[in-house]
Amino acid sequence: MTNLLILQTLNGLQFGILLFLVAAGLTLVFGVMDVINLAHGAQYMLGAYLAAAFTALTGSFALGLLAALPVALAFGLLTERLVIRRLYDRSHLDQVLVTFGLMLMIGEGVRMIWGSAPISVNLPQVLSGSVPVYGNLRYPVYRLVILAAGLGAAGLLGWMIHRTRLGMLLRAGASNRDMVSALGTDINRLFLLVFGFGAMLAGFAGAMMLPLVSAEPQMGDTVLILTFVVIVIGGIGSIRGAFVAALLVGLVDTLGRSFGPVLLRTVMEPDAASQMGRVLAPMLIYILMALILAIRPAGLFPVRQ
Amino acid sequence: MTVLSVQGLTKSFGALKVSDAISFDLRAGEIHAIIGPNGAGKTTLIHQLSGSIRPDAGRILMEGRDITRLPVPARARRGLARSFQITAILPGFSVLENVALAVQARSGSSFRFFRRAAAERALNEQARASLGAVGLAGIAGRAAGTLSHGEKRQLEIAIALAMRPRLLLLDEPLAGTGQHEAARIGRLIASLKGQLGIVLIEHDMAAVFALADRISVLVHGRLIATGSPTEIRQNSQVRAAYLGESEC
Amino acid sequence: MSARDAVMLALVALLAALPPVLQLLGEPFLTVIVTRALIFAIAALSLDLLLGYGALVSFGHAAFLGIGAYTALILSGRGVTGLELQLPAALAAAGLFALVTGAISLRTRGVHFIMITLAFGQMAYYFASSLSAFGGDDGQALRARSTLFGADVLAGNSGFYYLVLALLALVWLFLRALTRSRFGRVLSGTRENEARMQAIGFSPFPFRLIAYVVAGMIAAMAGVLLANHASFVAPSYMGWGRSGEMIAMVVLGGMGTLTGPVLGAIAFVLAEETLARFTTHWRLFFGAAIVLIVLFTRGGLLGALLRGRK
Repeated sequence: MTNLLILQTLNGLQFGILLFLVAAGLTLVFGVMDVINLAHGAQYMLGAYLAAAFTALTGSFALGLLAALPVALAFGLLTERLVIRRLYDRSHLDQVLVTFGLMLMIGEGVRMIWGSAPISVNLPQVLSGSVPVYGNLRYPVYRLVILAAGLGAAGLLGWMIHRTRLGMLLRAGASNRDMVSALGTDINRLFLLVFGFGAMLAGFAGAMMLPLVSAEPQMGDTVLILTFVVIVIGGIGSIRGAFVAALLVGLVDTLGRSFGPVLLRTVMEPDAASQMGRVLAPMLIYILMALILAIRPAGLFPVRQ
Repeated sequence: MTVLSVQGLTKSFGALKVSDAISFDLRAGEIHAIIGPNGAGKTTLIHQLSGSIRPDAGRILMEGRDITRLPVPARARRGLARSFQITAILPGFSVLENVALAVQARSGSSFRFFRRAAAERALNEQARASLGAVGLAGIAGRAAGTLSHGEKRQLEIAIALAMRPRLLLLDEPLAGTGQHEAARIGRLIASLKGQLGIVLIEHDMAAVFALADRISVLVHGRLIATGSPTEIRQNSQVRAAYLGESEC
Repeated sequence: MSARDAVMLALVALLAALPPVLQLLGEPFLTVIVTRALIFAIAALSLDLLLGYGALVSFGHAAFLGIGAYTALILSGRGVTGLELQLPAALAAAGLFALVTGAISLRTRGVHFIMITLAFGQMAYYFASSLSAFGGDDGQALRARSTLFGADVLAGNSGFYYLVLALLALVWLFLRALTRSRFGRVLSGTRENEARMQAIGFSPFPFRLIAYVVAGMIAAMAGVLLANHASFVAPSYMGWGRSGEMIAMVVLGGMGTLTGPVLGAIAFVLAEETLARFTTHWRLFFGAAIVLIVLFTRGGLLGALLRGRK
């Protein structure tokens, strides 16, 4: 039982970190540019496909992952230049529609190039084992690598947001949009950079997940919705909020699925408990979101006054 | 009788005190002007009176009843009307509908789902009367978004009047209007004197001294003087802090 | 009568004459496709009340479609096939769901509202996926088509068609009255300028909540019809892609006009069917069309139609 708890907690943290990588770009794009981007999940999916393609080409997952990043970045920059830039002064409704259309296009484009069948990639030998973490409990090395890489990226992002001039501009922009232009910064370049960087982070998350889940055209959809939940809970525009909320969502979802039925069994019949658990577990994070919003409509770490 | 009594109203944004223990009384039928340099906290004061900003401390009494904690719509239903510094109208609605909606707000339930509102004669007649009072009766059918800036200002006053308020807050009603329009709006405000209490914020000093019964001077969130126009004109502190400054 | 009323009248007349014409042309199957388009037109009309009149960008509208469809599935599985019972049950279920989720999501504005409605929609989706007694992820076939007071009106293609058309016309008339009433005027007022509405004494919340509940109930009605149309119900009815499609129908048709979303829904479903015949990758062209239309045109289909007439 303890072992399972530790195992699932690690899984939850790893899932949360992954959500954070996707959510970071999304929350910045919302916070700084006030653009709602439904195609962000597609960037995550694209990252996985690119990594799969480059892995097949080079024969090495590490090289494939490295090669996928600049391409994901380039795709993000191109998207911003061609489409997103035209949405800054549009209504949220127009943004929703255009990025929805964009998402359909990217999804179908991926199907045309790589087909609908899932593409999987084998882990490199060094990363495929497991290591002991507690007592006789072993944990896959690769999942720990994801956890470490995610924490590293989060740390880097946190440093950037709080210690650099670019980060200062982003924070200023998220709490007060007029401020950024008042500081005499080239808004267009800043937005381009934020969007491209966010797209690359999402692509990085997708590429990292590739050995665990295999690339599928729909893989971005679920992640996108979960990231929405994350940034709504965290407070739109707040990187810190996204981090806390991502871990919260990751833990609640993972632990809820494995321990929900167990907990329910203490108050009801085993059959009913497992049935109820199956129904409730996938809804848990939405209930969590509803509860948090009922108390704090602007999320845990509201940014804008 | 006192329509509005403001007692020790205090509000800070971070370290900045925008309202510092503001107190004044407004008698029924009077125009009480609040003047002061830009950034003195005039609009924040109006927001607190109308309910869109909560004060940190102090009380607001309207006709003797404490309204400090009431939200905006509840204050409006008690007879508090306001105009906005940046005009707030319903641009897609016709001029008549803008005003008829204000009539609707105080006459009968708005949870009526089938009868066509535009065909309710009682609403339209009262709305037309308000439009007539501000001189907009001739353009009742136009879309409000197409009006000139001065006409929108007049429309805001018509909307406020249609609410049959007992207290009216006017936030720079003359700002951005032409000379001709300003004179017309000035006459309109003067004609309301004696009917309801008005709190007036305005930068046009000639208009303020011509219209107001009492004037308060707000500097850095504090009222440094309150009195009749003559008293304010002669107050040396005010001249130093504000009037002298604006004359040179 | 306004121009958009005239367009709607002409459209209904045209649609009423369609089944015999298609029969003559030897394409009776097209009636079935148009029926589907009209069902979505009902759903799009309900969404227009939120988008076009309340300026509430709800991204979870497909949940209500699904609630209606599952009500039909569950009731018909227990032998209750009468629409006279299925429809009230679907409306009640959807109304309740709308009341609870609306009360929470309407506390927020803008992007928050979009994402929260989206999340609630997904919650309904996962709930349906976990109903293993009703097919879980895969869904389940409807045991029997609905009846109306014991009569098999939905059994024949043209009977079904005319029932849907009649309901569409009724919903259009209902929403037309609603949006022009005192209630509708306040709802539209909150779309134009919320601060102004508050300043004259209206709290937007109850008006928005009622609109949200009414829209949800009408969409559930479309869901009951949709279940009968496909004779099959699956969680994918409430996927968020469906919600996105409905928003596209409303906006591309011309929101805040009632007639526009009807045109938008019909055009959308017909375009989908046509494109899908030519290429399996129709979504690529579909997505591109949505992007280009929203970026480079304004006012939607109805706007273009009325401009062309002038």
